[in-house]
Amino acid sequence: MNVVEMKGITKRFPGTVANDRIDLKVRKGEIHALLGENGAGKSTLMNILFGLYQPDEGEIFINGQRVNITGPSKAVELGIGMVHQHFMLVNPFTVTENIILGLEPTSAGFIDMAAAERKVREISEQYGLHVDPRAKVGNISVGMQQRVEILKTLYRGAEILIFDEPTAVLAPQEIDELIEIMRNLVREGKTIIFITHKLKEIMKACDTVTVIRRGKKIGTVAIDEEVNEKRLAAMMVGREVSFSVDKKPAEAKETVLEVKDLVVTDARGVHVVNGLDLDVRAGEIVGIAGVDGNGQSELIEAITGLRPSKKGTIRLKGKNITHRKPREIIQAGIGHIPEDRHKRGLVLDFSISENIVLHTYDQAPFAKGLFLRYPEINAYAQKLISSFDVRTPDEHTLARSLSGGNQQKAIIAREVDRDPDLLIAAQPTRGLDVGAIEFIHRRIVEQRDKGKAVLLVSLELDEVLQLSDRIAVIYEGKIVGWVDPKTATEEELGLLMAGSKKAEEVKG
Amino acid sequence: MQLLSRMNRQSTILSSLVSIILGLVVGAILMLVAGYDPLVAYSALFRSGFLDMYGVGESIRTLTPLLLTGLAVALAFRTGLFNIGVEGQLIIGQLAAVIVALKLDLPPGLHAAVAVIVGGIAGGLWAFLPGLLKATRGVHEVITTIMMNFIALYLSNVLVRTWLTSGADSTDPIPESASLKMSFFSDWFGGARIHFGFIIALVMVIVMYFLLWRTTWGFQMRAVGFNPDASEYAGINVRKNIILSMMISGSFAGLAGAGEVLGTYEYLFIQDAFSGIGFDGIAVALLGANTPVGVVLSSILFGVLTFGGSEMQYDAQVPFEVIRVVFAAIIFFVAANVTSWFLERFRLGRKVNSHE
Repeated sequence: MNVVEMKGITKRFPGTVANDRIDLKVRKGEIHALLGENGAGKSTLMNILFGLYQPDEGEIFINGQRVNITGPSKAVELGIGMVHQHFMLVNPFTVTENIILGLEPTSAGFIDMAAAERKVREISEQYGLHVDPRAKVGNISVGMQQRVEILKTLYRGAEILIFDEPTAVLAPQEIDELIEIMRNLVREGKTIIFITHKLKEIMKACDTVTVIRRGKKIGTVAIDEEVNEKRLAAMMVGREVSFSVDKKPAEAKETVLEVKDLVVTDARGVHVVNGLDLDVRAGEIVGIAGVDGNGQSELIEAITGLRPSKKGTIRLKGKNITHRKPREIIQAGIGHIPEDRHKRGLVLDFSISENIVLHTYDQAPFAKGLFLRYPEINAYAQKLISSFDVRTPDEHTLARSLSGGNQQKAIIAREVDRDPDLLIAAQPTRGLDVGAIEFIHRRIVEQRDKGKAVLLVSLELDEVLQLSDRIAVIYEGKIVGWVDPKTATEEELGLLMAGSKKAEEVKG
Repeated sequence: MQLLSRMNRQSTILSSLVSIILGLVVGAILMLVAGYDPLVAYSALFRSGFLDMYGVGESIRTLTPLLLTGLAVALAFRTGLFNIGVEGQLIIGQLAAVIVALKLDLPPGLHAAVAVIVGGIAGGLWAFLPGLLKATRGVHEVITTIMMNFIALYLSNVLVRTWLTSGADSTDPIPESASLKMSFFSDWFGGARIHFGFIIALVMVIVMYFLLWRTTWGFQMRAVGFNPDASEYAGINVRKNIILSMMISGSFAGLAGAGEVLGTYEYLFIQDAFSGIGFDGIAVALLGANTPVGVVLSSILFGVLTFGGSEMQYDAQVPFEVIRVVFAAIIFFVAANVTSWFLERFRLGRKVNSHE
């Protein structure tokens, strides 16, 4: 029996058709994935189901009844709950306070907190969420906050739960836990619609998948032995996608980056990088593998001059660049794809062309004296837009209005085209879909093949294993071992990343 | 896409126009309630503002400092800063200009030029401290500039009473050599006090446009305003640019002050309260959507309303305060974006109809 049936849903936005006659059938008790590239129209479809948008055409049936979902409150009434990608929680409030917000149980006009807590605890245990009802939301991890969002929908009686890219904010272990929770929910009779562009998670967690490409439904398939990641990727992107990175063996030459005994502290004075040694040679990709928060971000900020280093030296092509200003370090020959593209990588309210010249606006030919030369800037931006396949209406479009993948491509275009001797790529494919990932990986390898040094930092083990020529494992601010990606296994790496003694012997 | 951005621009102009009309309607309702005839009042207002040369000249005189303070606020906004200290920077510009005018003995023309430039620089320097505190200690500029306003006001008063005069309430008139008066223009405009400061203000409109959107300085300042983290990453000196933005904004305000004292009044007097020209600059910038051309248009509106409002008081006996209410209402409607609210309802309504 279909709990949700959407028929011929069409939604137009100025200039685009976000959903073009999409059909979706979700059976009771299944985990149904909605797969598509960034901007394919998955979120739009789910926002329609949750009543945030009204469809221009089409019908929706819930439990066989035709319904008109006029707003989120109507959706909640119909038993639909949505766990948004960006949480909607009040940080200084407790878990319970957040959950009952708007539906406070009262006794004699006062909030009956004890009853509320009891109910929250009950639901939490029933589905294996293990959330402390009294914890302050601001003090719990992102993964826990997500569970609070799930609890919120369950507290409101949701039978159909929509998860909007829930794994984007989670660490690998938290993803496994979330999948476990989803299974518990389904076991108790709930139905889940899971929006994602990550194939692995679909294979692991889902029963059925509906693929959407450019606003159109491509097909619905059951996850069984015949379905594999390759086939799903092809459905999603519309062509064959290669998962393995084709590359020749590295021809490493002279040392480009040399870090010696580096110490970097955080705001509290803790040594987050603690006597780290590292070298990267021309013509090779060195990958840094590690669990998030072991000093990767601080290491990169120290190399690029964005964070002061306390001790140690950083040399680029033999030249000491420790304690230099960011501008000098950039000009010494470092390109940097930052891990947070919205914080560091782009001025979102600048146009693409202005972002393309973010480092070089004051150099010829983009400026003459004090004056900017927009014809040159725009022509250069157009060139990079076409050679890096940045999908944008034109170079005057604000960076804000591009999809994540295209924003990232613009950053990579900017950093790679300056042809730096050392390219630092931090989480270069975070949040991107397979098509964009393939493109970016190719560009990084290309840079290596041109004889440049590449330092890759990624939390995705697959990515580190596939791209790197050598892997340095970082643990508590130190490189605890070097691994050859051709012979290393994920298990081996995992042990080193966890700081295990045994692994150090493996290294020796 | 270009069509879309053009539509956006149009809708700003449209929303400003709608807000102005709604503001005037609020004023009319207020007058009706208080027993005045709004038609008589508004016709007096616009007659004086548009129809006779003296009125036009005086309206231009009134809008000149508003144009400059509007630019000051708009430039700060565009670079991520909220300069509430325009009032104080204007006072310091006035003070510095009058000191040069009274204490230095220079040939005509040069004297005025030096006084204007010193006034502008003084306004910029007055904004240096808030800029420095923001850049190095993260102190919010709203707090510091408000405080600096009071320091400026009382500093100016103390110096007028103790140094520029011996205990009097106002200084001697400035010498002819330092005046910005243009008797030719004044005669043409029926003796209105229109002065060279207006030309300076118009030049500054062009300066602001080129500075912000055509120079590397403007690129840096805007980048820092939008996203200091990305600017730092790109090797832009964030602290320097915060201070620079504040100082350029302050120097526009200083020029406004110099124009007032050298062109309109020709002497400096003790003020018991702020003139409000700096604060009105916030309204001018907001209504002008923080663009140079927008600021010109909105300063015209505010100039005409301010001067016409005082004429309205003579002709129709309607208190001037009504015009301040009209100002406030216009700003309210702009800030609350009432126009797009109306438009949206209209569009939604149409869409629902087309379904049926």
